[in-house]
Amino acid sequence: MATEIHNLQELRHSASLATKVFIQRDYSEGTLCRFQSKFPSELDNRIERSLLEETVKTLNSYYAEAEKIGGQSYMEGCLACATAYFVFLCMETRYEKVLKKISGYIQEQNEKIYAPRGLLLTDPLERGMRVLEISVYEDRGSSSSSPSSSSMSSACSTAR
Amino acid sequence: MSAVMITRKVRKWEKLPGKNTFCCDGRVMMARQKGVFYLTMFLIIGTCSLFFAFECPYLAVHLSPAIPVFAAVLFLFVMAMLLRTSFSDPGVLPRALPDEATFIEMEIEAANGNVPPGQRAPPRIRNVQINSQIVKLKYCYTCKIFRPPRASHCSICDNCVDRFDHHCPWVGNCVGKRNYRYFYMFTLSLSLLTIYIFTFNIVHVAMRSVVSGFLNTLKDTPGTVVELLVCFFTLWSVVGLTGFHTYLISLNQTTNEDIKGSWSGKNRIQNPYSHKNIIKNCCEVLCGPTYPSVLDRRGLMQEDLAALAALPSTNSDTVSQTTRPVLCLQKTTAPLIPNEHTPDEAKSIADSAAEKSSSPKEEQPPSAKLPPLASPETDAEASIAKDKPH
Repeated sequence: MATEIHNLQELRHSASLATKVFIQRDYSEGTLCRFQSKFPSELDNRIERSLLEETVKTLNSYYAEAEKIGGQSYMEGCLACATAYFVFLCMETRYEKVLKKISGYIQEQNEKIYAPRGLLLTDPLERGMRVLEISVYEDRGSSSSSPSSSSMSSACSTAR
Repeated sequence: MSAVMITRKVRKWEKLPGKNTFCCDGRVMMARQKGVFYLTMFLIIGTCSLFFAFECPYLAVHLSPAIPVFAAVLFLFVMAMLLRTSFSDPGVLPRALPDEATFIEMEIEAANGNVPPGQRAPPRIRNVQINSQIVKLKYCYTCKIFRPPRASHCSICDNCVDRFDHHCPWVGNCVGKRNYRYFYMFTLSLSLLTIYIFTFNIVHVAMRSVVSGFLNTLKDTPGTVVELLVCFFTLWSVVGLTGFHTYLISLNQTTNEDIKGSWSGKNRIQNPYSHKNIIKNCCEVLCGPTYPSVLDRRGLMQEDLAALAALPSTNSDTVSQTTRPVLCLQKTTAPLIPNEHTPDEAKSIADSAAEKSSSPKEEQPPSAKLPPLASPETDAEASIAKDKPH
């Protein structure tokens, strides 16, 4: 693990962090977790609009699924209350399951789409569900960007 | 460059800002002042012990053995809810990292434009539209974020808490999004337990008085008098509190919003979070999804490993090898440091820990240092709300 983080340090020195872009929360539908689909102008020449919008839309749908109040959440709530919430010691809540799916999705998106373009998405959970952080790395050319994508994604997986 | 192995992992809870205390290696999270919480535990456990000792033997024989059984179940439920409320993360919002804080500052400056020198900068407010109502989001100077709707900064714990209800000294923690339902179940079950014990105390006294007389009964079971007193005063407060929170839940409001009068009054906007349906509101608050903590208290700090890897070689390695374990030793012998201390404070805590011989995992509030009930407010609005009676 130390050597992989070591690689990340080297990568961060070689593909230096230019800036960070933050996509804020969209509160128009209340306190549900949603991110704004407004495209940040700093990413204009780094990534296609549709790709980022698609990512944000998928993330929003995952969060909506996690926070959906319906039959399953009632059952979970009532069962948990009946067992004085001890059932959570052995069972994972639906929200936690969806969060795992989300982190897998973000990792996959980073590997396939964002790292080859010198970008890195940070899971909103690591920022308190406040912002979707996109780290923008300086484009040093294709030779440095390809090893960066693989070590970036491996660093992502080790950082979890 | 050789990688130096650290002798001890540092978990994220050790570096969290804010005035919380952590136990069990980050699994338990509470406020600093726990005196009233211990009183709550003492009252509940004490009264129930008296009930099991004095009333239950008589009632089990003369009425039904189900009475103590049901009392035991109710007591265990009350304790589980209390501990769950007290020990869990109420929904603390982590503070903004420097990059995010700078980004927000830049946005604010861009929005405000040029402020002439000598003139006060306009208040940092962001307007958002929620369900066709305009809600103002305030900026928190401590956490350097725009607070999400319904979040508020607790001055006692020095954290922004999501869906902040109130800081309850009886449970020794804030009540927020993540533990509100446990708090409500605690007050509800405690009301039931109090009514139960009160009722069966009276039944017991009545039944025994018929046989041996009123004064003899009180002499035989002195615990009854204590229980009756405790239950009588508890009834008014806890049942009243349960009723108040039932009212708030049916309207999907928080105590904080109710005190501030956010949604009441003629010129104020209506509550945009309410579904306008009591059942729906109750279901959302009590049976909604269980939100996970965003604090990641037990995660390992990444900076230690990265910082070590970035150290230059040889001489500094030996230096770091010696200093690193020493630093770690200091951490293990010093008691839980709730947040970043000045060197003087850390020294005094280490001294008091050296006097008391206890394991580092137990929380040790330094006795010489009296933590204030509320720290100086940076947010004037919140301080006004705090001044209002709870």
